[in-house]
Amino acid sequence: MTSATFRHTVWILRGNPVTAVAAAGAFILCVLAIIGPSIVPYDPIASDVPNALQPPSAKYWAGTDQLGRDVFSRLVVAARLDLAIAASAVTLSFALGAVIGSLCGYIGGRLDRYVGRFVDVLMAFPLFVLAMAMVAALGNRVENIVIATAIINLPFYIRFARAEVNVRRNAGWVEAARACGDSHLSVVLRFLLPNVLPAMAVQVSLNLGWAILNAAGLSFIGLGVSAPTPEWGIMVAEGARFISTGKWWLVAFPGLALMLTVLCFNLLGDGLRDILDPRMRT
Amino acid sequence: MNAFASPGETPLLAIDDLHVTFSTRRGLVEAVCGVSLQVAAGETLGIVGESGSGKSVTAFAVTRLLDASGRIAAGKVRFKGQDITSASSKQLRSLHGAAISMIFQNPRGALNPIRTVALQIADAVGAHERISASEGRARALDLLKAVLIRDPEKRLDAYPHELSGGMCQRIMIAMAIASRPALLIADEPTTGLDVTTQKTVMDLLARITAERGMAMILITHDLGLAARYCDRVAVMQHGKVVEEAEPRSLFRAPRHDYTKRLVAASPTATSKIADLAPSSLREGASDEAIQEGGANPSGLLRSARNDGEVKPAPGTPLLLEVQSLVKRYDGGVVAVNDVSFAIRQGESLGLVGESGSGKSTISRLVCRLIDASEGEILFDGQPIGQQAARDFHKSPLRKDIQIVFQDPTDSLNPRFNAFDCIAHPLRRLLAMKDGAALSERVRECAARAGLPAELLERFPHQLSGGQKARVGIARAIACRPRLLVLDEPTAALDVSVQAVILQLLDSLRREDGMALLFVSHDLNVVRMMCDRTVVLQNGAIVEQGESLALFRAPQAPYTRQLLDAVLHLDGPGQRDAVVAGS
Amino acid sequence: MSSQLATTAKRAGRRFLSSLPALFGVLVFTFLLMRVLPGDPAVFFASGPTAGKEEIELIRKSMGLDKPVPEQLVRYLGDVGTGNLGRSLTTGQPVLSDLRNRLPASLELTFSALLIALFTAIPLGVAAALRQGSAVDHLVRFICALGVCVPTFVSGLLLIYAFYYLLGWAPDPTGRVDIFTSPPPLVTGFLLIDFAVAGDWEGWRAAARQLVLPAFTMALFVVAPLARITRAAMLASLGSDFVRTAKSLGLPRRKIIVTYALRNAILPVLTIAGIVFSTMLGANVLVEKVFSWPGVASYALDALLSSDYAPVQGFVLLMASIFVIVNLTVDVLYGIADPRVSVE
Repeated sequence: MTSATFRHTVWILRGNPVTAVAAAGAFILCVLAIIGPSIVPYDPIASDVPNALQPPSAKYWAGTDQLGRDVFSRLVVAARLDLAIAASAVTLSFALGAVIGSLCGYIGGRLDRYVGRFVDVLMAFPLFVLAMAMVAALGNRVENIVIATAIINLPFYIRFARAEVNVRRNAGWVEAARACGDSHLSVVLRFLLPNVLPAMAVQVSLNLGWAILNAAGLSFIGLGVSAPTPEWGIMVAEGARFISTGKWWLVAFPGLALMLTVLCFNLLGDGLRDILDPRMRT
Repeated sequence: MNAFASPGETPLLAIDDLHVTFSTRRGLVEAVCGVSLQVAAGETLGIVGESGSGKSVTAFAVTRLLDASGRIAAGKVRFKGQDITSASSKQLRSLHGAAISMIFQNPRGALNPIRTVALQIADAVGAHERISASEGRARALDLLKAVLIRDPEKRLDAYPHELSGGMCQRIMIAMAIASRPALLIADEPTTGLDVTTQKTVMDLLARITAERGMAMILITHDLGLAARYCDRVAVMQHGKVVEEAEPRSLFRAPRHDYTKRLVAASPTATSKIADLAPSSLREGASDEAIQEGGANPSGLLRSARNDGEVKPAPGTPLLLEVQSLVKRYDGGVVAVNDVSFAIRQGESLGLVGESGSGKSTISRLVCRLIDASEGEILFDGQPIGQQAARDFHKSPLRKDIQIVFQDPTDSLNPRFNAFDCIAHPLRRLLAMKDGAALSERVRECAARAGLPAELLERFPHQLSGGQKARVGIARAIACRPRLLVLDEPTAALDVSVQAVILQLLDSLRREDGMALLFVSHDLNVVRMMCDRTVVLQNGAIVEQGESLALFRAPQAPYTRQLLDAVLHLDGPGQRDAVVAGS
Repeated sequence: MSSQLATTAKRAGRRFLSSLPALFGVLVFTFLLMRVLPGDPAVFFASGPTAGKEEIELIRKSMGLDKPVPEQLVRYLGDVGTGNLGRSLTTGQPVLSDLRNRLPASLELTFSALLIALFTAIPLGVAAALRQGSAVDHLVRFICALGVCVPTFVSGLLLIYAFYYLLGWAPDPTGRVDIFTSPPPLVTGFLLIDFAVAGDWEGWRAAARQLVLPAFTMALFVVAPLARITRAAMLASLGSDFVRTAKSLGLPRRKIIVTYALRNAILPVLTIAGIVFSTMLGANVLVEKVFSWPGVASYALDALLSSDYAPVQGFVLLMASIFVIVNLTVDVLYGIADPRVSVE
């Protein structure tokens, strides 16, 4: 990061406190994901049946579940798994989507048509249903949640990169680069991609939130992560049985964790858009 | 203040010490600072100025149609004695359309894209009187006839996207006159239209205002347009009116320095490159030129000294030969149809045509950025059309053919600073490595293009339009090309900036002995810049020949039509002639 | 007018034809996913992990799994074409008839939610755009930012907690009608319509009370994106040149807002309607699970968790076909709303 970009970032964050808070939140989440298991007050897996279903108190900040496990500890420990699933899925689809999309956008022609057809087929499924089906077919494992989430995200990245490259393909500076002796490949890699990546970074941030919701939804319906592992979606699913009897904390706290995480990434994405837009720089 | 309104009579519109401010991220900016103007009934007032002069803001302030960020800070605007600046929204609504109406730049965008022409015109009529749907349609038809649209019945149910830009502007005019306003404000009504369309639209406006006794305020950057169609012209700069006079005296004997520069910078049918910024005025060359620090590039003085013809001798060998070039796009559109021409070494050839004439396609074909469907391109006797455009970057001739693009903003990579933009061809085509030699060469190119060295660190969005154009030129001349293709290099620039850029290009050509392929829609510019001219229409050549001869005695009817549409700054009683002639 | 109808019909036909490849792709994709990828499909389609060797072998034969893959595909396409989606092991019924029985419940829920979402989101977005920067605008933007972050299953459960446990306003969140109400004679399968047809308003109210919470849960999730795009589109069209023209001609404010700004702003809203509907079909799975709603999604989910794959496959195909039809409808609507695309 050059000093100008850094200064600009500081300037933007100062003028946009919401983004600053979101960035701080995302940072804390990442720290929790790394050191979480070593700082929590209780063992997230060991059951303690005499203390089952305690409401939140000074001892158990977020109450205990039906096996007497501390909900707060489980929440903190779950951050790693939830973030890891979302981050790896988004990285996968981003990397593939950016390259495939840019090539389609620049070259066009037959490649573009074939990829377009493939994307059409993927997009013809309701995406959550597609993810469900893929996990069902590939096997009920965490890796497959990542793969399924990556695949349902892929069409967006392909289309996005394709559209962004396509509008710039005939820009004067692209033709100028060719007049200056760049080959088509070099134009795509050295000129178009760097111009498209910032916009895609925004997309990544917004997408992370969506991927987290998606993975949590899959585990809520019983796919992917399985029972004793702390994971926000499963925690909600387990708490759902007790909601009709008023044990709200089992659902509310994992729900809040999901919501705040997604909110952080969404707000960060909106903020990134401003930071990375060179036209906004003074 | 106004010498033209008869004393004692209330003018139709009186603007008195108008101030308009905009709140921006950098605080309040005053866009109009103390403008006073008057318009009498039936009179046509021109407001002329370059971008940022506040001319359009004045118009929008008069009609209270400023953006949310704009505010009338002080001053009065009176229409028939009634103060508009303090009018309620209800009063404004009855004023809009019925008393004052406007037509805008970009007519297609000004019309609702998903509503038929008939309904939109009926809306305009219905805004001020109760009419039934069938009456509305009948009135729409009458108005379409009034603006001389061909097949008016057919156009009633058309949507704006089905009509040409000129037709959309006529429909806009029909809507503007629907409720018989006393004043019509036309904000750059023909910018973006072809010259021949411009003429018909402007003639129509002049005729309609004359027939209906309407006053008009014509806002334009084009002095020729103001000279031809206005009774009186006010020149604006930096939000102030610097001079106001009858067009003939204004353009023949401008008094204010800015007006003098503006008049000089506007190419006319007789002006020479050196006239665009005469030496007496060069000290205070246009403001943007001063801002961009290129006020006195070495080239300017040289071009003034070296004023003679630089036509290459008849025996000079051909540099570029284009033979029966054809370019077809997918879907069978023929953009270029059997075009042949040649350029001698050091010669300058103009390519003239309206939009859709194929001139930009030809410039890209010659530059080997796209492949021709048929035909051959010879450079220095070598057939360069054989090598696919995809692989032409490997050709040793790549550095000999360079191009300057139309839109300076669009032609610079937003993530490269000026230095990297100029260094790019040097690194690529001359394989120069980073170091003292490279930065020396970049600095030299920048200096030759009149770009101060301290701007080299800046990114495109930090540069003005003229500065960006200079970066584009510096990049194109960096490898000392033998042929420079200029694709409307000044179309996006103000006239005063255009003047310095044209002089720069001309002097670079003299110094380096480059050949130029100059693509433009502006006949006056081509006549000044080019030894020979090719006139294009619909992808085919209509006429070609020596520029002077071609413009003096055009053979093809189309060339004559183009020349007729060219505007002149000095003609006797032009507006009356237009009105009487129609 | 009639010519416009003709072009619309032509466009609909052409769009339908051009969506056929995607439908074919959907079939092939489902085929690959359910039959080629997992270890041994015969095991899946057998009675479960406990099935005997002979039974699996028999199924393998009857499914044609001993044939080469392309031939299997043709067979599969033939089966789907004749409506043979296999038999569910959990219910013992053909998958097609199970889906047919349960589809109305899912559609009733989804369409109610869509209506609620549209009637909330569009006025919110318009109000925010008309008073940009005001308290209303900030409130709407806050709702939008928050709305996309709350998972459907969490908001559903919290609504149950608030309205069933705390307030007692909502009935027991299980199923479409409570056990005391007898279902209406079957006409459309949509309970609200069938009760109305039968004139049983008592039953209608009971069904509506069951429907409110799940429908609102699902609507909550899509209100945010709809309101957000409505606001953005409305701001864009309010700032457009043609609205400025309308103002300069003195058109009444109401006409400017409705006929000029809003009608143009609806176009971008329509373009994301497909994506929104896709989200809702996905959210269906979660909402049906939370509210024990007897729709197709909970049917497929139960089957999935007991390794009964024929219903899952049928469900995926059904969802994709519904989605293709929805996209087609949106496309035709767009063609009517925007004359620029119908010419081409």
